[in-house]
Amino acid sequence: METGTFTQALGTRIKTIVAVREFSLVAVLVIFGIIMTIVSPVFLTWPNLEAILLGLSVEGTIAIGMVILLISGGLDLSVGSTLAFTGVFTGLALMSLRLPSPIAILFGLLAALTVGFVNGILVSKLKINPFITTLGMLSTVRGLLLVLARGRAVLNLPESFTVIGQGRLFGVQYPIYVMLVAVIIADLLMRNSRYFRQSYYIGANERAARLSGINVDLVKILNYCLVAVLAGVAGLLITARFGSSSVTVGSGVELRVLTACIIGGASLNGGEGTVFGAFLGALFMGVLANSLNLLGVDVYWQNLFTGLILIIAVVVDVINERRKSSQK
Amino acid sequence: MTVVLRAENITKRFPGVLAVNHVNIELEQGEILALVGENGAGKSTLMQILGGALRPDEGQIFLEGKLVTLNSPEDAIRAGISMVFQELSMVGSLSVAENIFANRQPTGRFNNVRWRDLYNETETFLNRFELDLDPRKPVKQLSMGQQQILEILKAISTNPKVLILDEPTSSLAEKEIQYLFENIRRLQSGGMSFIYITHKLSEVFQITSRVVVLRDGNFIGSKVVSEVTENELVSMMVGRQITNLYGARDELTESSEAYFRVEGFSRKKEFENISFSLKRGEILGFAGLVGAGRTELGRAIFGADRIDTGRIYLNGKEISIAKPDDAIQKRIAYLTEDRKALGLFLSMPVRENLIAPSLQAFTSPGGFMQSHKIDAFTNSKVDEYAIVTPSIYKKVLNLSGGNQQKCLVAMWMGIQPEVIIFDEPTRGVDVGARADIYRKLREFAAAGTGVIMISSDLPELIGMCDRIIVMHHGRITGELERDEFSEERILSFAAGLNDKEILNPPGYQDIAG
Repeated sequence: METGTFTQALGTRIKTIVAVREFSLVAVLVIFGIIMTIVSPVFLTWPNLEAILLGLSVEGTIAIGMVILLISGGLDLSVGSTLAFTGVFTGLALMSLRLPSPIAILFGLLAALTVGFVNGILVSKLKINPFITTLGMLSTVRGLLLVLARGRAVLNLPESFTVIGQGRLFGVQYPIYVMLVAVIIADLLMRNSRYFRQSYYIGANERAARLSGINVDLVKILNYCLVAVLAGVAGLLITARFGSSSVTVGSGVELRVLTACIIGGASLNGGEGTVFGAFLGALFMGVLANSLNLLGVDVYWQNLFTGLILIIAVVVDVINERRKSSQK
Repeated sequence: MTVVLRAENITKRFPGVLAVNHVNIELEQGEILALVGENGAGKSTLMQILGGALRPDEGQIFLEGKLVTLNSPEDAIRAGISMVFQELSMVGSLSVAENIFANRQPTGRFNNVRWRDLYNETETFLNRFELDLDPRKPVKQLSMGQQQILEILKAISTNPKVLILDEPTSSLAEKEIQYLFENIRRLQSGGMSFIYITHKLSEVFQITSRVVVLRDGNFIGSKVVSEVTENELVSMMVGRQITNLYGARDELTESSEAYFRVEGFSRKKEFENISFSLKRGEILGFAGLVGAGRTELGRAIFGADRIDTGRIYLNGKEISIAKPDDAIQKRIAYLTEDRKALGLFLSMPVRENLIAPSLQAFTSPGGFMQSHKIDAFTNSKVDEYAIVTPSIYKKVLNLSGGNQQKCLVAMWMGIQPEVIIFDEPTRGVDVGARADIYRKLREFAAAGTGVIMISSDLPELIGMCDRIIVMHHGRITGELERDEFSEERILSFAAGLNDKEILNPPGYQDIAG
């Protein structure tokens, strides 16, 4: 009898684990990896894996902030512009103002924070739709940086700065560490910390969250600040890696980040998603791009596949949801 | 009498549930038939089958003696059965006229909408019901009550033989209800037949002539309304004897102190100069019509809306409440009237819902949530409040209305409140769950917690409260002690009349305007 209920409990446990999006993504990634290892001798080598991770470090880092924002019912389309803005701002601080690297970096991050703060105030205090607010900020911020840099890239950044994007620890480049450490910390916080769990309540029902004593506006503003700062961090790393701040870098990054979050189980309606899922979504997109590359598939096919996978992920969700509610 | 609608042997299964089990129903021409039963009794499923929204697994439907097959709501409307659902289906940005004649607008040669005809027809139609509304007005500018009336008129405009109404008065004010009833009676005398689904047994006695009771998908009985009592109906619905729904009261002792006091509360356009006090263990009712400012007052006390002037005293000390969190810290609970929109996190599990207002209590000093403590707490609350759910991980969305309401209660009782403000404690809740909720409120009162109960359900107020304050247009117009309770007195205060005028109550005014 007791063992019976135990196996039963274990059974439902396993069922819930399997039902979780992260599990299916990991499974798909593993199967995909095995196939690629058989097909291509290059796939499972460290240089290739490092290239994948480095390639997705921008999307992966921003996705952390984006998924938290999506969970709380928000959305930020301006992350690509914020990324470039931070790079240009830091580049100008280094080259035109001749500030030392740590101070310039701080300046850059403050610039990113300002963008996030403005987004947050517009959305939470003035109640402007997040899509419209951040769509506006996407052009505003991009325009501002073009004016600041007069449309030109800032070149020849000093080594004291470029080291943060190019340096290695145990043979692995810094941006990969930054992403992985941020993912682990943010995932733990979103699962266990009271402050961060408030975002789930806000996304599920903002008005009920208010009545439950949650400081909705504060959490929302800080979520916009967080995603902007993470976009800023990604901007610093990519600028340092290339040794110059480009004015066009990061365009389109917002859509790739959103795609990663949604493949990873987040919903545009809020209340759902995990940081780990969003990271897996980004990883999945990175592995897919890399594999198509290795197989010599034309680069144009990448968009097509990414799009299809996004739609498949959402369709699977809808079907699951429907099956669950009809079981009731 | 001729039978207009006959449903034979209707059966509908859903995965794992027999929702309707070989039910027979007959409706005579010009009859108003009430259909009652707890949530999950199969009322809605049965009506959706008659309204063409669902297909039965077994059984046949005869309309005026002829067998009909209803594959869609359009089929049903064409055959002469219209159904008004609880949820509003109005398009807010479109005009009154376009909503009433949705998909049936008069059109010209090029399939163009003939606007002038549309508005004229609408005006004539509305005049038939003595409703003075501008056909061009966007529906979103109307009150909830007016929208619900329109929803019903829209169904009537298809000129059905049978009209099915599902909880038609859920968001109507008292005079709107009277308006609706007058028009139902008028249409009835013109030969229209009605099936009337409701949770409010008082309405069964007011408007219907025969009542059918369903329980767990089974036909339990059919009674002539004049030959049945409310207690008999309740017992038929729940399948057990319920003698006193509201539970036995403990007499307030003389020494009960007034420990909570609200003084001079005003908020522009909502309520003005409201003062009252609450004793330990007291259940204090707030009665009034929709729009009297009761909900607004409750929200303001809780800090959800700002006040212009006013003070609150708890245990002799003035406290300041600027936001809900301040109220929660003082252990004042506010349970909203709109559990779906404002109360619960429907897409989240029961577990997460139950701890929502008391997250702090489950947080370690380092700011992390304590899972084991949460599990233990939520499991014990699910047992204590008899919440029917397969597990604490089930989304609240998938629970019945009564169980959702119990979640809301459990969630707020979890802060161990000193003061409970409960707005419409049992709206849309079936009798079994209502008894559970009343019992819980009594327990809290017996332990010394004061309860402020805002309700539009007069029998509930009279059955539960020690004292009732009545509001009208944002002001307190009356206060009744237990031995003075009567529906007439409450209604006259609620209508803003003083005691003398009760003898000559004026007629109900037109609802529009």
